[in-house]
Amino acid sequence: MKGILEKNWVKGLISLILTFGIVQVLISTNIINDYLQSTLATICINIILAVSLNLITGFTGQFSLGHAGFMSIGAYVCALITLNNRTIPGFILGVFAGAIVAAIVGFLVGLPTLRLKGDYLAIATLGMAEIIRIIFTNLDSITNGPAGLQDIPQFTNWPWLFLYTAGTIIIISNFIRSSHGRACISIREDEIASEAMGINSTKNKVTAFTIGAFFAGIAGALYASTFNFINPKIFDFSKSINILVIVVLGGLGSISGSVIAAIVLEIINTYLQSFADIQMILYSLLLVIIMIFRPQGLMGSKEISFSVFGKLSSLFAPKKGRV
Amino acid sequence: MEQLLQQIINGISLGSIYALIALGYTMVYGIIKLINFAHSDVYMLGAYIGYFCMTKLNLGFLPSLIIAMILCTLVGVTIEKVAYKPLRNSTRIAVLITAIGVSLFIEYVTMAIAGPNVRSYPPMTGILAKNFDLGGINVTMQQLIILGTTIVLMILLQFIVKKTRIGKAMRAVSLDQDAAMLMGINVNTTISFTFALGSALAGAAGILVGIYYNSINPLMGMLPGLKAFVAAVFGGIGIIPGAMIGGYFIGIIEVLVSGYGNSMYRDGVVFAILILVLIIKPAGLLGKNIREKV
Repeated sequence: MKGILEKNWVKGLISLILTFGIVQVLISTNIINDYLQSTLATICINIILAVSLNLITGFTGQFSLGHAGFMSIGAYVCALITLNNRTIPGFILGVFAGAIVAAIVGFLVGLPTLRLKGDYLAIATLGMAEIIRIIFTNLDSITNGPAGLQDIPQFTNWPWLFLYTAGTIIIISNFIRSSHGRACISIREDEIASEAMGINSTKNKVTAFTIGAFFAGIAGALYASTFNFINPKIFDFSKSINILVIVVLGGLGSISGSVIAAIVLEIINTYLQSFADIQMILYSLLLVIIMIFRPQGLMGSKEISFSVFGKLSSLFAPKKGRV
Repeated sequence: MEQLLQQIINGISLGSIYALIALGYTMVYGIIKLINFAHSDVYMLGAYIGYFCMTKLNLGFLPSLIIAMILCTLVGVTIEKVAYKPLRNSTRIAVLITAIGVSLFIEYVTMAIAGPNVRSYPPMTGILAKNFDLGGINVTMQQLIILGTTIVLMILLQFIVKKTRIGKAMRAVSLDQDAAMLMGINVNTTISFTFALGSALAGAAGILVGIYYNSINPLMGMLPGLKAFVAAVFGGIGIIPGAMIGGYFIGIIEVLVSGYGNSMYRDGVVFAILILVLIIKPAGLLGKNIREKV
């Protein structure tokens, strides 16, 4: 009984409940107003996108520039389902259907293209995302073409966003610690050597890609439900780049880095909104400067763990056993 | 039949522009293995410089072309010195992100200075506005200018790469950077020179697209840039004749798809070709497969 507070999962659970509770209190006391709530939703969606792309690019080492494509699939599937079935079960069905369709497309695309290496894979995934976008633009009868879908029922609120975001982080970080995840990391480090050790690199790469696509689909579905309006232009090349920027700033191979970068960047964006003219200029300068001076990103491949808090508290706590 | 020939002529004009941009991509990729995303913005700057020369300074086509090429060369070399050189020894992904950052930076600085609106090139006058009717096929003077300029520049480029000392150095560095350094080649100068050549060609492409399509805007580089990269990959990245063939191929395919099929799908077809090429023959049309060594 004494040791239960020392266990990592208990600490994790407590910090999750605390995060949820604090934000919920801030919302109910209206400190986080409607405007900031949309920022909050964007942060959650970006965390899901960045963590799932980090699994593909940061942990498995497969450079993908097409994450917005999977996001758009999730968004459109969820939007179409909730437009026809405006209920909570319809929303849940929409999110998971969107994620599953995105995962299937990810699997079908990943199987042939993941044989490619580095830049070639990047450009192939970019092409794939553009093709998805062009298909959505031209399927007038289903997707309403370039004008997009309007009046998508809004179901997302903080509890839903929190549930999906925390779920994504927990599932992906557990995947990375599983034997499959270790195999993915070994492929990133040296594909030939890991194959020599008996790791099926194609299978593991496709698995990581499919899981990444699945969660990108969830993020897209949440996007559609939060902003109740989507069109194909939202999911263009620059969206994929934005996701990649979060991953790289946070550090390739650091989940907590992705989370922190998603939060920090969105807060910067919110404050730069009033300087819309120079926002993109500052943003791009920031990108170049960070790459020149700290190319490994804010966190590198390190994770924030509870031992950091442990060390911090032991600095302040009185030494035990000498009282 | 006449319609087909007409489409092919239009495709060749468009393909010339893609080929000029693709040459810059392929040379830079060949030498430092970087997809230079900022390249498409150098092309956009070329179009703006040409616009400025023609409307504000009232210069003719040829002086504007030369000024645009010179200024774009300077921009290209500056980008390389400021943004890419400090990252020579870092990971590929870091350099790629920097390239994306530089690209966004150029686009939005241009937008802040010149405004986000679409601008239109001055109409061509005199001999430049002539049309030729070849038995039902219409060839404009602009198309002839585009083709002529492209051919002259490509011959010049072939001469520089094949016959001069610096061209030899470029080929050596792209084969093996370390070995080239041991042979006494100044690798940094060679890389800068490669950027200079590529940027000059992109500047020329920019002004040619201006007189062909008449309208320019700060984000005009994105899609042609991606397609030119597809052209470079199609021909075999790093191989100069490959980029030319790829550029013309992509240009003609695109025009044929919009002429005979649905013009909304033309970009999709280009990217589908890219994925097919990458899956069937990743080294490109003229590329050789290289065995992986441990």
